[in-house]
Amino acid sequence: MMKFTLNGKPVSVEAEADMPLLWALRDMLGMTGTKYGCGMALCGACTVHLDGQAVRACTLPMSMVEGKQVTTIEGLASDASHPVQQAWQSHNVPQCGYCQSGQMMSAAALLAKHPNPDDKTIDEQMQGNICRCGTYPRIKAAIKTAAKLGAKS
Amino acid sequence: MSEITNVSRRQFLKLSGISAGGLVLGGLLPGFKPVWAQDGDALSELNLFVSIGSDDLVHIICHRSEMGQGIRTGLPQVVADELMADWHKVRVVQGLANAEYGSQNTDGSRSVRRFYQIMREMGASARTMLEQAAANQWQVPLEEVQAKDHQVVHAKTGRSLRFGELAESASTLTPPAKETLKLKPASEFTYIGKNVPIVDMPAILNGSTVYGQDVQLPGMLYASIERTPVVGANVKAVDNSAALKVSGVLDTFVMPKQSEPVLFKPLPGVAVLATNSWAAMQGRKALSIEWTDSPHAGHDSEAYLDVLKGRVKQQGKVIRSVGDAYAGMMNAVDTFEALYSVPYLIHAPMEPPAATAVFNDGSCEIWACTQTPQSTQRNVAEALGIEPDKVKVNVTLLGGGFGRKSKPDFSVEAAILAKHTGKPVKVSWSREDEIQHGYYHAAAAMHFQAGVDDSGRVVSWIQRTAFPSISWTFNGTTDEPSGSELDLGFGDLPFVLDNLSCETQKAEAHLRIGWVRSVSNIQHAFAIGSFVDELADKLERRPRDLWLELLGDDRLVDPEPEGFKYGNYGESKAVFPIDIARLKGVLNLVADKAGVEKPTAKNEAWGISVHRSFVSYVAVATKVRVEGGKVQVLEMHSAIDAGTVVNPDRVKSQMEGAMIFGLSLAMMGDISVKGGAVVQSNFHDYPILRINQSPLIHSYIVESSQPPGGVGEPGVPPVAASLCNAIFRASGKRIRDLPISKHMQV
Repeated sequence: MMKFTLNGKPVSVEAEADMPLLWALRDMLGMTGTKYGCGMALCGACTVHLDGQAVRACTLPMSMVEGKQVTTIEGLASDASHPVQQAWQSHNVPQCGYCQSGQMMSAAALLAKHPNPDDKTIDEQMQGNICRCGTYPRIKAAIKTAAKLGAKS
Repeated sequence: MSEITNVSRRQFLKLSGISAGGLVLGGLLPGFKPVWAQDGDALSELNLFVSIGSDDLVHIICHRSEMGQGIRTGLPQVVADELMADWHKVRVVQGLANAEYGSQNTDGSRSVRRFYQIMREMGASARTMLEQAAANQWQVPLEEVQAKDHQVVHAKTGRSLRFGELAESASTLTPPAKETLKLKPASEFTYIGKNVPIVDMPAILNGSTVYGQDVQLPGMLYASIERTPVVGANVKAVDNSAALKVSGVLDTFVMPKQSEPVLFKPLPGVAVLATNSWAAMQGRKALSIEWTDSPHAGHDSEAYLDVLKGRVKQQGKVIRSVGDAYAGMMNAVDTFEALYSVPYLIHAPMEPPAATAVFNDGSCEIWACTQTPQSTQRNVAEALGIEPDKVKVNVTLLGGGFGRKSKPDFSVEAAILAKHTGKPVKVSWSREDEIQHGYYHAAAAMHFQAGVDDSGRVVSWIQRTAFPSISWTFNGTTDEPSGSELDLGFGDLPFVLDNLSCETQKAEAHLRIGWVRSVSNIQHAFAIGSFVDELADKLERRPRDLWLELLGDDRLVDPEPEGFKYGNYGESKAVFPIDIARLKGVLNLVADKAGVEKPTAKNEAWGISVHRSFVSYVAVATKVRVEGGKVQVLEMHSAIDAGTVVNPDRVKSQMEGAMIFGLSLAMMGDISVKGGAVVQSNFHDYPILRINQSPLIHSYIVESSQPPGGVGEPGVPPVAASLCNAIFRASGKRIRDLPISKHMQV
């Protein structure tokens, strides 16, 4: 039995120690907002926060999650009020939307570290997240808007 | 030619899965034959539905699949506009698979262009019926009442009734005759042409969207399938003992044997069934499988492309000709030639294919991220030996499609396993599965030759193409490009030439060949766009000027009298002709906006290209910097003339995405095959463009009142040529064999 905190609530799952967090979230806890894209930490679709750090859930074994705080897209804000979510909405960022949970989680972690990032920082911090639809120009613009919204709040 | 009818609520339930009250309208449209239509695609009639309930809610069925193009927003926008509905009271219902919709195959960039008119008529019919119901109730002439903001008002007396209050009585009326319908003038549009936000935004923001990979049913088993690495091989022997020892693994199952044609049949393989995805994947790794021999086991993509290159240097089968191109070359004062190639490519949507199935009492229900619910229905029915009406197909959101999800093999896998186990089964493809077991964009070789006279005018042109055909996937025999592929940017060359010969060469297929966003336009626009630029360089002309000269005077082009039976993307040539003025329009727009002829910094340069596909016109200008053997894309400008545009923001987003899709394939896209098996497996060796490689992008939409053309695909074709042209101008290096990463650092 693995115990950890998921979006502020204690949870426990009957998962093998080597099972990646992604599958415990999706198959065992029914939290499907975190997506599978590659299984090798190459695309970022499964990005969640582990004790506030952006991590790839597809390669993170449950043994490393035990006792930790995990935040997924479902817990980023209960009402989509996080500056990143607001900025994503105002720039109409998503196309198919599949990678966007991971993009938003990476962006939120980026802004927590760099409240006012420049293009170079955005490129460095976001290049682990692939978007096949090609929403990068809007992601870049939305992160800058989110930075402004974050500064206000 | 369309007709709106009052339809039964039972029929609405059958098509949408929801009960409707009040007014329900359906639109019928005579069938058409899309380029990729399969036998059995319902082509005879089409039903689209809108219902207005007494609760004031308007339900509009979207019978097309949403994969990021915004169709679940765009089509309802059109209905809501003519209906004078309040967008906040509009609900979009995803249509189930049903032949009564006509073809639901969401590809070919045709959702808006096919359904724009009928959606408007349906909205206008409903609006008129609601107005008539109000006029009847108030006993005033129809002309005195007007629908507005989800109600009908009588201005003279200030009375008003909500749509919901009128829906029941409106449902008893006969829909107005089509010729009496008054469609709104463009100046009065409230939603058409406006940037309505996508309807799925709230769910995307909080992670509650359901894609094919996300479907979960009580008691569901998770399946992972080890498939044959080489097409044509079957399972000879399997040792599952180690797999069955993996915790969570319940069973294994040998998938059915297959033979050619490959069609949409599942590939042979062994499925591992487990209580969760991870266990299924671990069990699969523990399988030991021996495969039978395959006639394709010797396929090597590098050697194969060399063979195709050799063939296209030789005279081939003529599919279109003007004058005598060979005599034209003899008489030319100078001739130029070039050989181009594009490798196999794969779709790589962020969501790999996934389907969930339940089989009960001779009926099957499927949930899948499919572009083709009806083809899913037919193929599942055939595999299970039941009638198509015993298969219910629910279309989830698609995490990208790009053509991969038009092939229902993954749904058939889930159905077979559901029938075998008697339990709900989800088949999730891994990224490796998606890259190694796809339907590939054909590797292609193309040879171009041009002859010029003493004034530098191009007087003769010979172009040849060779690539394995999509038709082989369906018949197992075709060994040359087929007509519907030559339609895509090859047989429809729109240049003014005294002498022209368009030819094909043989190319046998060894992989499942399929369509990838913009299909054969990818290789043809790359080769033509590059060759024009090479000629401009040799002739010391500005690229724009040579393009304009080759395109010639404003006119409509029809390749048919020159021997090429042109399909025009299934559209009427009268309504959607090849219009040279529109090609020149986008070219000049982009060249001017980008300032492609202005001086650039050292090692930097612009490249341009222009192409018509899916009856829309796109030009692209790309600026690069090449330093130390490394290419950096700095800036791109695109212009699209797609006629009438429903949602400009979504058109721009499609164009931004098409630039990035095009850059990705041109810079890094390369599927190679050795021993009949695909070499690449995940994003480390099949890289997709990332944010740090993504340039500044400007998108322009030509204002037009022409009928709507395609949007999803036409942005892709001109990208590769514009990029390679820019690289040449910046560095002197001409790239004729994609991807660029073979020659330079990206």
